[in-house]
Amino acid sequence: MPAKATRAAFGEALLELGARDDRIVSVDADLSKSTMTVSFAKKYPERAFNVGIAEQNAIGIAAGLALAGKVPFVCSFACFLAGRFETIRISVAYTNANVKLVGTHAGIAIGEDGYSQMGLEDIACLRALPNIPIVQPADEHETKQAVAYAIEHDGPLYLRLTRQNMEPVCPPDSRFRLGRWLTLNAGVDVTLVGSGGPIANCVAAAKMLAADGISAEVVNASSIKPLDEETLVASAGRTGHIVTVEDHSIAGGLGGAVAELLSEVLPTPHKRLGVQGFGESGDPKSLYAKHGLDPAGIASSVRKFLNR
Amino acid sequence: MPDARLSSIARECRVQIIRMLTHAGSGHPGGSLSVIDLVVSIMFGRIRHDPARPNWPERDRLILSKGHAVPAMYAAMARAGYFPDERLLTLRKLGSSLQGHPDRTALPGIEAATGSLGQGLSISLGLALGFRLGDKPNRVYCILGDGEIQEGQVWEAAMAGPKLGQPAHGVGNLTVILDKNRVQLDDFVTKILDLEPVVQKWQAFGWPVIEIDGHDFDQIGKALDQAQAHTGGPTFIVAHTVKGKGVSFMENNPEWHGKAPKPAEAITAIRELLGVSTPAWDDYLAKDRATAAIVAELSALDKK
Repeated sequence: MPAKATRAAFGEALLELGARDDRIVSVDADLSKSTMTVSFAKKYPERAFNVGIAEQNAIGIAAGLALAGKVPFVCSFACFLAGRFETIRISVAYTNANVKLVGTHAGIAIGEDGYSQMGLEDIACLRALPNIPIVQPADEHETKQAVAYAIEHDGPLYLRLTRQNMEPVCPPDSRFRLGRWLTLNAGVDVTLVGSGGPIANCVAAAKMLAADGISAEVVNASSIKPLDEETLVASAGRTGHIVTVEDHSIAGGLGGAVAELLSEVLPTPHKRLGVQGFGESGDPKSLYAKHGLDPAGIASSVRKFLNR
Repeated sequence: MPDARLSSIARECRVQIIRMLTHAGSGHPGGSLSVIDLVVSIMFGRIRHDPARPNWPERDRLILSKGHAVPAMYAAMARAGYFPDERLLTLRKLGSSLQGHPDRTALPGIEAATGSLGQGLSISLGLALGFRLGDKPNRVYCILGDGEIQEGQVWEAAMAGPKLGQPAHGVGNLTVILDKNRVQLDDFVTKILDLEPVVQKWQAFGWPVIEIDGHDFDQIGKALDQAQAHTGGPTFIVAHTVKGKGVSFMENNPEWHGKAPKPAEAITAIRELLGVSTPAWDDYLAKDRATAAIVAELSALDKK
């Protein structure tokens, strides 16, 4: 499988699953070419609604469609969706409307467009709502499974997707399950808990570390809410060292969620890798290097963390 | 001609609004009293619903976007048989399904969480569109407050409404009513942020607009008929109402936007709502045992 953006995999899945289930509708706010609902909209124009650059209304319309028995996917950049937090909070979460929120363009990896277009606080915002699971699939295979899961799941759900291509990391026979993480690489010295954008870099970092005699376990935390407590605690117990890696603000994202859980269940030394401060324009590779999310940066943080 | 049946139901509901808010010790009487004639007109004889089966898929939907006026909904719902009257006294109490603002998951018959203002019209558009997509007969009613339409999301929805789903699935099954009581929490709407010209604004966004007296059941009924007859898209009804309608000291007084009456004030309010003079009140209560019980209950609150 070639590398593919998870937003592109989402667009393909929506088109395919939309053929089988006419409850599926899309709601966009003038970004359908970017969120990749455009193919679905072409094939099913009567089930695709572009309401203009008005995200609050898009989210509210999606809530209403859900209350009328439809399964709406409301799609925009992650920052623009989560930025309409109050509408999500009441019209979707508290109403318990069966809305699938799809936030694309997650993280600094969108690059040149700069901070205002980067989804960097969306997980922190939505994680505070009691009934919205958060799913960030790693690659094409997992995205397609996650979209199918989102349709089966009765209730709101947030799907966080990338603009950039994602190297395949999940075995073709793996199956996405909410609250379950896949171990991509077994190890004993440290656990890398990665999600989304930098997940392939975690695998690459583990290889670099292996050359130095450090055995790093890599788990793919595609289910950010709920976390896979069983896998996390078992791995933390074995390695005694946790490093979380994510393309999201260092505050309140996967790292925050893992820290909250482990501090109560199994306090474990923990290094959080993520985005500090605002993002900025630049090429994605350089941005990941600047924030220590590239393979060398991750490996170097791990060595420092382990004092090796 | 005033509709005697609706007018009598609305009077009962007004008494219950005053009663439940006084027991709750907090809440929003002004907007509940301004909207109740609209709510009663919609819920009694207008919408297709079955209080015994609140989740009946073919029911019509009423979204009270100005969720702080939910005591009006609760009073009408109890009167329609969704739950027993006694439950009204649990309003705003711990564990009650009658939350301070509407909670869909807590009370069957409440169709969306509202009260964070500005969101109900978008939800109503989505509901109406969803029904139209499935060629379902369900109608959707949405009630907005005039202070509420200062929220930006309302105008996003206003822009979209007449165009949504066109040409095949325009939301002609949606009727939106503005409870234009002219008062918001802090003061008169004109003093906070004047909305005029309201009618022209909605017309400019492509909505057919009907203006009525929101306390005249005949006018309300005719406007709802007219809206229903307009099948090409949604209709907007501007209902001119009086905040605190029916209680002399609450009418047009911003102080009563969000304050519960004290028991003695509540008893005066109920007397006025029933149209009884002070000298005739004791004789009246001797005959109307139900009201006498409500008054006794309220008097007892004072002694607590």
